[in-house]
Amino acid sequence: MSLLELKNVTLKFGGVTAVNDLTMSVEEGQVFALVGPNGAGKSTVFNMISRFYTPVTGSITFDGHDLLQRKADRVPQLGIARTFQNIELFERATVLQNLLVGRHRHRRTTLLEEMFFVGRSWNEERAHRHAVEEVIEFLDLQAYRDKYIMGLPYGVRKVVELARALSSKPRLLLLDEPASGLSVEETQDMRWWIDDIRRQMGITVLMVEHDMGLVGKVSDRVLALDGGKKLAEGTAAEVQKDPKVIEAYLGTGAISKTASAGGERV
Amino acid sequence: MRFHFKTSYDHDIRLFPDWWTFFVYGALLLVMVALPFLMDSFFLSEVTNVLIWAVAGLGLMLLTGTTGQVSLGHSAFMALGCYTCALLMNAGMSFIPAFILSGVITGLVGALIAVPVLRLHGVYLAIATLALAIITADIIVILRPWTGGVNGMFAPEIFIFGAEINRWVNPEYWYYMTLAIVVIITLIYVNLLRSPLGRAFAAVRDSEVSAQAMGIDVARTKTIAFGLSCGITGLGGALMGFFAGAFNNETFTFLLAIQLLMMIVVGGMGFIHGAFLGAIVIAFLPQGLSIVTDNVRFLNIPGLEFGVFGAVLIFFIVFEPMGLYGRWLKVRTWFELFPFARRDMFRRQKSYLKTERVR
Ligand SMILES: Nc1ncnc2c1ncn2[C@@H]1O[C@H](COP(=O)(O)OP(=O)(O)OP(=O)(O)O)[C@@H](O)[C@H]1O
Ligand SMILES: [Mg+2]
Repeated sequence: MSLLELKNVTLKFGGVTAVNDLTMSVEEGQVFALVGPNGAGKSTVFNMISRFYTPVTGSITFDGHDLLQRKADRVPQLGIARTFQNIELFERATVLQNLLVGRHRHRRTTLLEEMFFVGRSWNEERAHRHAVEEVIEFLDLQAYRDKYIMGLPYGVRKVVELARALSSKPRLLLLDEPASGLSVEETQDMRWWIDDIRRQMGITVLMVEHDMGLVGKVSDRVLALDGGKKLAEGTAAEVQKDPKVIEAYLGTGAISKTASAGGERV
Repeated sequence: MRFHFKTSYDHDIRLFPDWWTFFVYGALLLVMVALPFLMDSFFLSEVTNVLIWAVAGLGLMLLTGTTGQVSLGHSAFMALGCYTCALLMNAGMSFIPAFILSGVITGLVGALIAVPVLRLHGVYLAIATLALAIITADIIVILRPWTGGVNGMFAPEIFIFGAEINRWVNPEYWYYMTLAIVVIITLIYVNLLRSPLGRAFAAVRDSEVSAQAMGIDVARTKTIAFGLSCGITGLGGALMGFFAGAFNNETFTFLLAIQLLMMIVVGGMGFIHGAFLGAIVIAFLPQGLSIVTDNVRFLNIPGLEFGVFGAVLIFFIVFEPMGLYGRWLKVRTWFELFPFARRDMFRRQKSYLKTERVR
């Protein structure tokens, strides 16, 4: 059984069909990449998995659990963590505090224990720090540990978001454009990190990425989307060679595509 | 410049990260304890007043500063705390349990009210809570058999372990009692901030979407924040009413709620220190004003106080949004980094457009 399975999933925003009858499955231990031109519906797929959006039809299961039965805040419990395309960090908190929020799904202390910092509080906090500190070390964030997000440069924020997701010790990590806006060296780092996340930590990765160089290097399986529909699926090389994918990227036939997406408009 | 050399995770978890901070707060506490020996009873009661405002302010700070939910209705909960405590004592309970219970009851009522109210955002939330503050006065009048309505009620006498605590007889007892309460509440606040719940509060404030993606139940977290906030502010209300000695439907008007909000804005939104700095300003501003108006004839206009409050509030929102404590942090950083401080160090990066879309 696959770790994550989407079956015949369709989602509409008013008249726009953002995702159209999409079926895909991600196996445990894979790095799975979603590619496609702007507006293809990649982020929408992520937002359905993390339950911000509910598809009109279809099913989404993770490790046998029906995700559609859950509210967004109950998804991380299963071991799903994510980053956002437009970085969504807690601006008025430090890097450390941001990562500690990533630990929230492991919270076991009660309100009263926390108010008086008694009972399990000390040991739990130590355990949270320990987990977070490992991530800080892994991603080389020591220098920014106690800095507020407010003043951090873009590249660092990107890494902090990855770190926050990793802090939750997920089984499945959703990365929405992890390398967008990063410099060449930063993208290199990201590549090695994704490799290590899969190899050393054994975390399954589902990512959206435009940088085909990166996708080719890290991913086992690639799915190309356009207009919410699956165009092709296979290894990076196979997908890149697919004529339909080439057409979608080069924009040949772009006019006829808009017409069909717009329904009646010709 | 201070360097923190951290050798274990405990450094970050401890109340005081280093000896220096421990020393500073220890010294502050010592001064506070010694205060009755250094001041006459008039000033002592002024300081008591500041501490009472601080209690109420800490409550609102938890909600608005830490969790990011505005409330213009906290005077309602001050009233609830005060009347509950007085009624429980009239029913035969002694002060300490009645006081604690009044905080708990106010907190629970607050949490109950929060469920519908906190679905609103921004200005709608402000209006809904303001409405709460405005109807409170009417409710107090309607419940005349218990509250005494317009005639009000007298605060029962406070006895703690057999000792009478009377502001006119032994102001230093009142002061110590308030100080103890302030210290306990501040500790609770700090404990929350170093625990998962406190971090969840800040997460909800900064990004609800992201908080959800981390497994935080946003509605529940807001409700708990509202409950805790109301509980603490209720205790502040009880202290305020008991310190005044008597209270009626006009004691806890919505103007009080607005003063409370102004207080945390001026002090510094989101900082515990901000509640105290704001309390000092709120408690001494009327005094300062009356000195001015006594000497300058033409300024002797009725209602001037609230005009000045409003002006101060606008000044801070426009020119010093991080409040007095924020200003202090900037000054301190400037000295610590001298001469390397950058001008835009505290400027929020605006390059990230906040959108409602989660893509
Ligand atoms: N909240 C929303 N309301 C209405 N339409 C939306 C919403 N979110 C996405 N869409 C639309 O759905 C389609 C797919 O958007 P999506 O964000 O998933 O694209 P994407 O593949 O992530 O693109 P990009 O590469 O630009 O991030 C687009 O046409 C977009 O305009
Ligand atoms: Mg996207």
